[in-house]
Amino acid sequence: MFMSETAPEQLLTTHDGRSLKVSLARALRREKLRALFLIAPLLIFVLLTFVAPIADMLFRSVENGIVEDTLPQTVNALASWDSGSGELPGEPVYAALHSDLLVAVKEKTHTRLGSRLNYEQTGISSLFRKTGRRVKRMDDAAPFKEQFIAADDKWADLSTWQTLKQFSPRYTDGYFLAAVDAERGPDGIEMKPADEQVYIYLFGRTLLLSVAITISCLILGYPIAYLLAALPLRTSNLLMILVLLPFWTSLLVRTSAWKVLLQQQGVINDFLVWIGLISNANRLVMINNQTGTIIAMTHILLPFMILPLYSVMKTISPSYVRAAKSLGANDWTAFWRVYFPQSVPGIGAGAVLVFILAIGYYITPELVGGTSGIFISNRIAYHISSSLNWGLAAALGTMLLAAVMILFVVYDKIVGIDNVKLG
Amino acid sequence: MAGTRGASVVYDSVQKSYDGESLVVKNLNLDIPPGEFLTMLGPSGSGKTTCLMMLAGFEPATHGEIYLNDKPINNVSPHKRGIGMVFQNYALFPHMTVAENLAFPLQVRNMNKAEQQEKVQRALEMVELGQFGNRRPAQLSGGQQQRVAVARALVFDPELVLMDEPLGALDKQLREQMQYEIKHIHENLGVTVVYVTHDQTEALTMSDRVAVFNDGIIQQLSSPDVLYEDPQNSFVAQFIGENNKLNGKVIDIQGDECKVELSDGTHLKADKVNVDSIGDLTTISLRPERVEFDDAVSMDNVVSGKIEEMIYLGDHIRVRMNVAGNDEFIVKVRNRGEKRALSVGDTVKVGWARNDCKALDHVA
Repeated sequence: MFMSETAPEQLLTTHDGRSLKVSLARALRREKLRALFLIAPLLIFVLLTFVAPIADMLFRSVENGIVEDTLPQTVNALASWDSGSGELPGEPVYAALHSDLLVAVKEKTHTRLGSRLNYEQTGISSLFRKTGRRVKRMDDAAPFKEQFIAADDKWADLSTWQTLKQFSPRYTDGYFLAAVDAERGPDGIEMKPADEQVYIYLFGRTLLLSVAITISCLILGYPIAYLLAALPLRTSNLLMILVLLPFWTSLLVRTSAWKVLLQQQGVINDFLVWIGLISNANRLVMINNQTGTIIAMTHILLPFMILPLYSVMKTISPSYVRAAKSLGANDWTAFWRVYFPQSVPGIGAGAVLVFILAIGYYITPELVGGTSGIFISNRIAYHISSSLNWGLAAALGTMLLAAVMILFVVYDKIVGIDNVKLG
Repeated sequence: MAGTRGASVVYDSVQKSYDGESLVVKNLNLDIPPGEFLTMLGPSGSGKTTCLMMLAGFEPATHGEIYLNDKPINNVSPHKRGIGMVFQNYALFPHMTVAENLAFPLQVRNMNKAEQQEKVQRALEMVELGQFGNRRPAQLSGGQQQRVAVARALVFDPELVLMDEPLGALDKQLREQMQYEIKHIHENLGVTVVYVTHDQTEALTMSDRVAVFNDGIIQQLSSPDVLYEDPQNSFVAQFIGENNKLNGKVIDIQGDECKVELSDGTHLKADKVNVDSIGDLTTISLRPERVEFDDAVSMDNVVSGKIEEMIYLGDHIRVRMNVAGNDEFIVKVRNRGEKRALSVGDTVKVGWARNDCKALDHVA
């Protein structure tokens, strides 16, 4: 320590004259290799099943090779066409399209291209399907332009060609634009019409509901965690089992249970009507909306708040509160000025955990959220499995990932990651 | 700040049970006058900490009443008792600086800022930590944390300060130094101090009076010298200082003197302290430093014993002997620098005065 502070340039050497750092590294190399060997299976597993798919997904959000791969000559020929000119492309483009489509139809790739471009402009899918059936019968001698327009008059439509040209580059920002409800119009990037905007609003709702869920988890979980930490071991173990019980029950069962409880003909409404608190005509709507999502997800994520809180609270010695009281603080002051600040790392850990889990939650909003209570992840799932627009799903997922990371950085700036303790 | 501004404390028939089946504190009666430094000394589980916690208000008394300045405080909540307390592991608030820790009791009393600062600074200087106000407790050494804890317990001028094994976490040298410091602070301020420890040296060094606890009962309550010189029963004799045990039977009693026959037939003269009648079994207690080799012949009790082991300890030599069938008989010989003709295996005569050995209750 002393040497390195006073003379940083002077290199220390071992007895035989070799650099101390080199010798140390050599001595530790064996241990490092051993450590690497021990974690290698997990490392490989994580790389293959976690890092690689995520990287692939991130890539998919900008990847757009399908147009150029399927219609290489057309893309080439279109390069010289000015999409803003107001005129259709010339004969060479149609000729290129013809020879490209002949190959594509043979390899049956034209329908895939059709459905890809259909995300951008409806109707293109059927256009390619229809043209695909006709293209083989086209006459090589006659001009292709007329033959294509005769096959489907969409080929005489400027917007078809504009779309084709706009999405001919290998990489596109189109998915990301779509993910923030924007599109590339004639005058550059612009927002979609208000009635077509969904994703910004969904992102906002996802964040807002996640915050609400986090806060309700904190309010419900804090006293429980306090009890767990304060009660004698035997009682607190029993309580802990009750806290962990939901973990041993299927997620679907729990969510379905909430359906039974919350629906309009459900247990809670029946009870409220029975005791006369609400009339039969005014049964509360507590499910298939945001209320349902908040209630069910708070219940499901509660243990993730309680456990970090508990593990932090357990380390807070009861003598702190006693000391505060002996110094003249009443119960509230002792709690608020002495106990609470020391439990903040637990709140931080619990809040981050619950929030990040909530923001990406899928199954519960799907089941109890109806239309007003679904999250962005449900939309991602829709694009993955129903609309098969993986590019848009990837873009939405990337934005979700980015949002979480930004929030994490903000959180680090405000609270400090050092202040997060999981145990 | 000299003079007495301490509070008086009275425990009146206090009993405490945690489980409703056994008593941790059995009928405690204790009178602590203003300004006294009283130590509750005892092994763990003897009920001493429970007594302290009842006084602080963190444990309710199961029966009986505790009075602070002649006012019953059983139903006064801890924060209204105005008692300063130093905890075993200091309990300094880790998220506050030293100065904030000290200001805490003043803030909750709504004292104005200027006065707070002045008091905090004065308290820090009292414990010689004037420059450390802006540090966090974790940045201080154990001894410094200890001093902050003491300063915090005193900063709001309480009349009574409780200390629960405050020096337990310090190393030996620091512990001794802190003992003197706490003693001097007590002398300067004149507050009443109730101090709990299981370390008898600590108790003897600091206290005006020591209450020796065992099994939920005060075994003896007296000043340190009386405790050492005149233990009232075998537990106190064993617990305070080193002690030789000799078991025997009372064969004669004359006033406060009695004659005891040991198992090997040796007769000893002893002070009658805790035996009632002839024929009682008794344990004689004798301090190792009161046994002499040289003048043995002229003393009240003379026995011969075989030297089993000699350990050189610098200021004295510890000689383990077999006396009257007890091979744990220890004699401490002061190191006067002269060569002594003692060696292991020798059989020598040892002797001691009658009033140095006490006939106490019998322990096996």
